[in-house]
Amino acid sequence: MDLLLEGLKKAIEMVLAADPIIVEITLRTLKVSMTAILISTLIGIPLGMFLGLVKFPGRKLILVIINIGMGLPPVVAGLWITLLLWRSGPLGDYSLLYTETAIIIAQTLVSLPIVTALTATAFQQINEKMILQVKAFGATRLQLVWILMKESKLALLAAIIAGFGRVIAEVGAAMMVGGNISGDTRILTTSIVMEVSKGNFDVALALSFILMTLAFLITFLLTFLQQRKRSHE
Amino acid sequence: MKNKLLSLTFVIFLAIMTACSNSDTNTAAEPETTNEPETTEVETTDLILATTTSTQDSGLLDVLIPMFEEENPYNVKTIAVGTGQALEMGVNGEADALLTHAPAAEKELVDNGDVLNYQQVMYNDFVVVGPSADPAGIKGLSINEAFTKIFEAESVFVSRGDDSGTNKKELSLWAAANLDPAGNSAYLETGQGMGNSLQVAAEKQGYILTDRATYLAQKDTLGDFEVLVEGDENLLNIYHVMEVNPDKNDKINAEGAKAFVEFMVSEEAFNTIAEFGMEDYGQPLFFLFE
Repeated sequence: MDLLLEGLKKAIEMVLAADPIIVEITLRTLKVSMTAILISTLIGIPLGMFLGLVKFPGRKLILVIINIGMGLPPVVAGLWITLLLWRSGPLGDYSLLYTETAIIIAQTLVSLPIVTALTATAFQQINEKMILQVKAFGATRLQLVWILMKESKLALLAAIIAGFGRVIAEVGAAMMVGGNISGDTRILTTSIVMEVSKGNFDVALALSFILMTLAFLITFLLTFLQQRKRSHE
Repeated sequence: MKNKLLSLTFVIFLAIMTACSNSDTNTAAEPETTNEPETTEVETTDLILATTTSTQDSGLLDVLIPMFEEENPYNVKTIAVGTGQALEMGVNGEADALLTHAPAAEKELVDNGDVLNYQQVMYNDFVVVGPSADPAGIKGLSINEAFTKIFEAESVFVSRGDDSGTNKKELSLWAAANLDPAGNSAYLETGQGMGNSLQVAAEKQGYILTDRATYLAQKDTLGDFEVLVEGDENLLNIYHVMEVNPDKNDKINAEGAKAFVEFMVSEEAFNTIAEFGMEDYGQPLFFLFE
């Protein structure tokens, strides 16, 4: 209990003192996670919409694969990406291992299936009669997509929130492909693992509070966007 | 509607910006690495150092690396893993320089030509720590007798079990005592780093072989724990630095690795190592060879 209070105290101290190392690690965490979830969103939502709306042979198989991908353990993703990015591996020429980009790739890989699958589910639930109705009103294809997106706003944001949860919580892959290099690829989750192994439980706890605050703020923002009343209604 | 469109475009714009800034840094980094062989270049290149968790967890590298980076045009990327993995990275050419502490395993790499310029840096010692109550009664014994007593008393013994330098050392000590630790039902393998394994030992009230540096750094969180066996010549923990053979891979930063090895055995680094730990623990954590 004492440790918990001490950790909280230390977290507040660290934030107030704006410890440059903590600021740097926090900003890097934000940058990496936001980039990963943005890429996942930009690919996952259109892909999910396509899979949810368009029927073609092999669609079910793709949906099964993406659903399996939702359970892709980050360490497995990390291991695969490490093998790909190794100097001797197929993508070795780009020298990407132990960089922020490598972490972004790993986090995108584990969050993309979540965003895609949840989006696809949302669009599969749309009543076909509604699509016909919108079309009957003479909507162009773009307008149709926009209206359907608006209709599924709750589910789309839920997909992004779920994907973000995966990305911000992820540690196994970031450790493996990032290497937890000080000033380079150290993010909040990997720092926590390292501080625990050093026996610095107070620092680890302090970092955990910072990470939770970050996760809370962003999830709050997304939830706010999700629940906001549409102004013209 | 308009608002939403605006915010959407903003989000996309942000995404593109971040994507662009990322690819910018990547393309900027590429020419640097291709310029490696020119020694006179002042451009900073990356140097991957694979090392053991003990050098990072004790804080020694946090002091040495900035010193090295200040004088040399290299950005050191320290990957702190178990010695087994660090050596494997050397064999595969995934690292440029290695700093490890498993002489027997390192010898193989030297003999196979996997690494070059193999140099002794420093040493400290392994100690057996355990609960002060000392259920097996090993305090002050030689390491051989102590391990035999732990085995016979079936006391809890926590092993790293991760092919690290410490783990290799521990296994060699069991072998020297002609014992198979797996025969002890209370033998635990954590598969984790030194710090985490010490925590497990404290929780389970077991004995554990640890390097002195990590133990001193964590002593306060372990509760009623003390050093029970120390000073045996078999408990010496020797660190070596080496370059990975540049023939392994054309991306190996041979110049940087050479500079790093030279730095690690320089007067300047030696002075820092000799003083490291005096301030926080009142005793050095690593020692130099005379």
